[in-house]
Amino acid sequence: MDIQTLEKHARQVRRDIITMVSKAGAGHPGGSLSCTDALVALYFEVMKNIDPKDDKNPNRDRFVLSKGHAAPALYGTLCERGYFGREEFDLFRQLHGILQGHPDIKKCPGVDASTGSLGQGISIAVGMALGAKYTGNPCHVYTVVGDGESQEGLVWEASMAAAHYKLDNLTVILDHNGMQIDGTNDEVMSLGDIKAKALAFGYDVIEVADGNDMQQVLDALHAPACPGKPRYIILNTLKGKGVSFMEGQVGWHGKAPNAEQTEQALKDLED
Amino acid sequence: MEKKAVRVAYGEALVKLGEHNEKVVVLDADLAAATMTGAFKKAYPDRFFDCGIAEANMVDMAAGMSTMGLIPFCSTFAVFAGRNYDQIRNGVCYPKFNVKFGFSHAGITLGEDGGSHQAIEDLALMRVLPNMTVFVPSDANECYQCVEAAAKIEGPVYIRTARLASPVYDPRPFTVGKGTVIKDGKDCVIFTCGIMMEHTLEAVEILGSKGIDAALVSFHTLKPFDDNLAREYTAKCKKVFTVEEHSVIGGLGDTVASAVIGKGVEYFEKIGINDIFGQSGKPADLLKEYGLTGPQIAERIAKAF
Repeated sequence: MDIQTLEKHARQVRRDIITMVSKAGAGHPGGSLSCTDALVALYFEVMKNIDPKDDKNPNRDRFVLSKGHAAPALYGTLCERGYFGREEFDLFRQLHGILQGHPDIKKCPGVDASTGSLGQGISIAVGMALGAKYTGNPCHVYTVVGDGESQEGLVWEASMAAAHYKLDNLTVILDHNGMQIDGTNDEVMSLGDIKAKALAFGYDVIEVADGNDMQQVLDALHAPACPGKPRYIILNTLKGKGVSFMEGQVGWHGKAPNAEQTEQALKDLED
Repeated sequence: MEKKAVRVAYGEALVKLGEHNEKVVVLDADLAAATMTGAFKKAYPDRFFDCGIAEANMVDMAAGMSTMGLIPFCSTFAVFAGRNYDQIRNGVCYPKFNVKFGFSHAGITLGEDGGSHQAIEDLALMRVLPNMTVFVPSDANECYQCVEAAAKIEGPVYIRTARLASPVYDPRPFTVGKGTVIKDGKDCVIFTCGIMMEHTLEAVEILGSKGIDAALVSFHTLKPFDDNLAREYTAKCKKVFTVEEHSVIGGLGDTVASAVIGKGVEYFEKIGINDIFGQSGKPADLLKEYGLTGPQIAERIAKAF
């Protein structure tokens, strides 16, 4: 698929994020917009054997949204890929909806793990990759982790295990937008040299200068695996990417836009 | 009488299970020598995964492995059920993943390691989780049955085992969710679980010598609970006692209370750990310190007559 088409899908997903969160009056737009390009790249270009009509195919590549609060980005991507219709957005975060506040494997087609409690997704992904190795399943496991989330000790327990078990069928993607609820990472709890940390934990590390540039994201995701090592991709992203008044703003971590702001955001995201 | 720690039976049961079920994998957090999963490790090294001293990661790794069609058994000390509770809740129970927890060294009979390691709250924590099945085998034979049953259940299962060697009774019929009448009686009923079997049996004998005919009912499954059996014996005996090596808050006593409230109870007393932490000591001394020996149980019950 050419870059322009992928970028078009990403714009549609971003519009859906805004629509969804606006309608629900709640949700996490900032961190959803920052990882949208990675999710679109994964679901439209990178992941193998995925099929909206057969979302339980055992050999499909797996995806775990470890930063589960970015659910709108995942829902937008799954919808755009054909897992369910746009009408489901009406019940995002509502009673009896399949699109829960955080991804729910029991309710939403295409979701491979229920997440939301930070740190757990990457650990589950490590287990999937280990289980795949043991059962001879050729699938690859992808997970998107937040930078704020990386303050959780579990992220590093999981990382240690990924290297120990030589999980070269695992790709951890860091959505490094530098912000979290209470401020920037550096204000709340600095990650320090995250690249050095990932390297020290035994990852094969790729850093992407602009994690919202589709070509750069694709290049990183397509880079050949390093035998015997899990992959760690640092995507330097922009929180709120694509919406002028949300970009780089901590305040848009978990807040819904009002009608006027929604109109402006959708205008910003026009094709 | 032959004695064997229930945790030893857990290790043996895993090996037996592994023989005919290749999907069974075992995860441990650097405690294989204590949780007795070492035997499985020796028998099937490629199906044993040491997770290091990282219990939280062990549970979520098991969650991930279960999605690949495997049946992971996680093993560590029961006291760490608190440490990895979020993983058990959100990583396993919420999505109803097929992960089993064989947590050992539960209760005060852990002994010398002391209060920091004596889980008196694990049953309360596990009972309250939707989708969870909770087993408390009373001896080695029941533990074999619990492990076998756990592998057949599609969903999370918690198996509480003890460190201390305890009597091995003749195997009894086993049905998940059904209590077992150990001794019939008419004056009062004692409901128990786990290795308190030994001490409640002794109490029943002492009470008998005093002319009190006590019934004894043991529950290897705390969830789903056999409400009907508890109600039947409550209606019949009127005076109800629960005995457990667990806090009197949230464990067997409260499970029974929920089942029998308003069902003909004339007297109800929970015997267990009274909302305090344990301490170091020999298991026998600890049982005495916390009032859980046969004579002490009998004495408390006799006071209600």
